[in-house]
Amino acid sequence: MRIVVTAKYVPDATGDRHFSDDWTVDRDNVDGLLSELDEYAVEQALQIFENSEDDVENTVLTVGPEDSKDALRKALSMGADRAIHVEDDDLHGTDALGTSLVLAKAVEKAGYDLVICGMASTDGTMGVVPALLAERLGVPQVTLLSDVLVEDGMVVGRRDGDAASERLEAALPAVVSVTDQSGEARYPSFKGIMAAKKRPVESWDLSDLEIEAEEVGQFGYTEDLDYELRDIRSDISGCDDKIAKVEEELGDRSAARGASRPHVRRWTEMRVYGRRKGIPSSSRPSQRPCWR
Amino acid sequence: MSILDILSDDEQFMVRTVKEFVDKEVKPVVQELEHANTYPEALIEQMKRLGIYGLAVPEEYGGTPVSTPCYVLITEELARGWMSLAGAMGGHTVVAKLLLHFGTEEQRRRWLPRMATGEIRATMALTEPSGGSDLQAMHTVARKDTDGYVVNGAKTWITNARRSQLIALLCKTDPAASPAHQGISILLVEHGPGLTVSRDLPKLGYKGVESCELSFDDFRAPAEALLGGVEGKGFAQMMKGLEIGRLQVAARALGVGRAALEDALAYAQERESFGKPIWKHQAIGNYLADMATSLTAARQLTLFAAREAEAGRRVDMEAGMAKLFASETAMQIALNAVRVHGGYGYSTEFDVERYFRDAPLMIVGEGTNEIQRNVIAGQLVKRGGLDA
Ligand SMILES: Cc1cc2nc3c(=O)[nH]c(=O)nc-3n(C[C@H](O)[C@H](O)[C@H](O)COP(=O)(O)OP(=O)(O)OC[C@H]3O[C@@H](n4cnc5c(N)ncnc54)[C@H](O)[C@@H]3O)c2cc1C
Repeated sequence: MRIVVTAKYVPDATGDRHFSDDWTVDRDNVDGLLSELDEYAVEQALQIFENSEDDVENTVLTVGPEDSKDALRKALSMGADRAIHVEDDDLHGTDALGTSLVLAKAVEKAGYDLVICGMASTDGTMGVVPALLAERLGVPQVTLLSDVLVEDGMVVGRRDGDAASERLEAALPAVVSVTDQSGEARYPSFKGIMAAKKRPVESWDLSDLEIEAEEVGQFGYTEDLDYELRDIRSDISGCDDKIAKVEEELGDRSAARGASRPHVRRWTEMRVYGRRKGIPSSSRPSQRPCWR
Repeated sequence: MSILDILSDDEQFMVRTVKEFVDKEVKPVVQELEHANTYPEALIEQMKRLGIYGLAVPEEYGGTPVSTPCYVLITEELARGWMSLAGAMGGHTVVAKLLLHFGTEEQRRRWLPRMATGEIRATMALTEPSGGSDLQAMHTVARKDTDGYVVNGAKTWITNARRSQLIALLCKTDPAASPAHQGISILLVEHGPGLTVSRDLPKLGYKGVESCELSFDDFRAPAEALLGGVEGKGFAQMMKGLEIGRLQVAARALGVGRAALEDALAYAQERESFGKPIWKHQAIGNYLADMATSLTAARQLTLFAAREAEAGRRVDMEAGMAKLFASETAMQIALNAVRVHGGYGYSTEFDVERYFRDAPLMIVGEGTNEIQRNVIAGQLVKRGGLDA
């Protein structure tokens, strides 16, 4: 099985963070690190590997500037098998939409059965990339899982909410995202740190992924979006039509991609206060914000 | 420029990993463990997984060996979180080095692979109730007979003795030898009949890990337990082993000093009196300046000794200087951190009082600072002073 973990290199939240003149994050003057929430994704991938009798290859993928290699290195030291770094000057300032495009192309090129994402990045904290990525790949998405298992060609997991805990499963290939309740990420061992040097790190740029510079970057999607918004604002009464039109277009696009609507089965477990079946108390939803 | 720049990329990553471990896992629990005097089982298990117990074990025996400066900086990080954690790997490293330098191939194969993972932990037993400085006057005797050695005597202050399966025991195989050190050997002993851990000694600090009295009553050790297979070499072997031991203790002092400085620096910016943060009162600012200056000097001195050791040179004097200066510095910084914290410095709800209780150990342990001065003075005369 081929697992791809998406990992973001983020500015250290305890560092002194600033914007650059173009209002993107100034990454040069602050230390970066592997997003803590993505460490959980790496951990889950490693656990799937450890618990599986089949071959599992864990690839960790990042899109980001040169220093992002540090995030890859950490994931490799934790135990990932190989790493892919997508780097291109034209990516500067790319938003979630653009990032999901790059990730989707890279995931496809790398080959995958399962993509594991963190629930959000610790800097942007939007948490939309996993869903965008699944949509672009045309595969099921099962997000915000607090545990993940792979069995018989399915990915199975639990999503804990305030009122209920759901058991979700989807046929592979699929995209999942995991929360900080999925299990503490391991520290890289010294042996892992030494072994990581010998693992391959591939570097791809936009041309390797057949992406045009105009599709990404700081202005990749904003122009379209501005236009739509202005349009809607100028004619509130036409809103329903607009939505219908957008829906239609989306429908056309997924038809063009040949993707059917992702199929996700779901059960909602009744919540028994104090002792929910099979859920250790330590992994119940916490009160604190999930990214600490 | 970071102090870590002297290390390779990999080693920098290791030190940063330990730093992260300390900040996330150790700092949040240390106060509770300390005051309940709880053995930090979970933390030690995590240290094993990191590879802390294999830092002095070569790859061919399953370890991940690092340079001496890296070893010093990893130890410093651990001690910054809790000196006891650094103490729980110090003697282990000395014994690993003893095996490496002086053990027979069979002894290395027997112990090092399991020591590298921490499955087996090791400690060293030198000090006796009648004295730790004058080791040549020790009373513990190993008498050879046809089946090996019969050991009688007592040791005290042996740290990690209960949890170490391997004890490097300094003892006399020839009590009549003259000079006395020629009758001293190291036996690699395991717990068994005749060896009793009789007491855990109560102590000022260094909580959570045990320091014990051991008694040997007709304890039997096989002939193969003799380190290196030749009698009478134990004193010289141990003096060599203590070079890394003293660097380790110096590094522990650096960790305690750094923690005390970090806490004092943060507190001095938060706490206000007379309408300003207290660091703006020159007296407090001066404490901080002096703490940082002396800590930096102690660190550089320790790293200098570590680099000399790494180059394969004899470093009894250099390691002695590092241990002497770093431990006295840590004590001074810990005291000043108490001052900066005012009444809270005396509170057991803050960490600074722990630094103040932990710092003196580094003054006394691994050869007292008076003994270090003897070593330094002796070497100065022997070497004709310091190098130009
Ligand atoms: C918490 C703790 C943990 C320890 N762990 C271990 C361990 O794991 N293994 C182990 O073997 N030992 C251990 N020790 C023992 C430690 O190494 C000894 O306490 C130390 O070497 C001093 O020996 P002593 O206590 O017998 O003091 P003594 O040797 O009796 O010294 C008393 C005083 O006289 C001074 N003095 C003695 N001789 C001279 C001299 N020639 N010149 C100048 N001054 C002198 C000393 O410096 C000291 O100030 C530990 C000690 C402590 C407190």
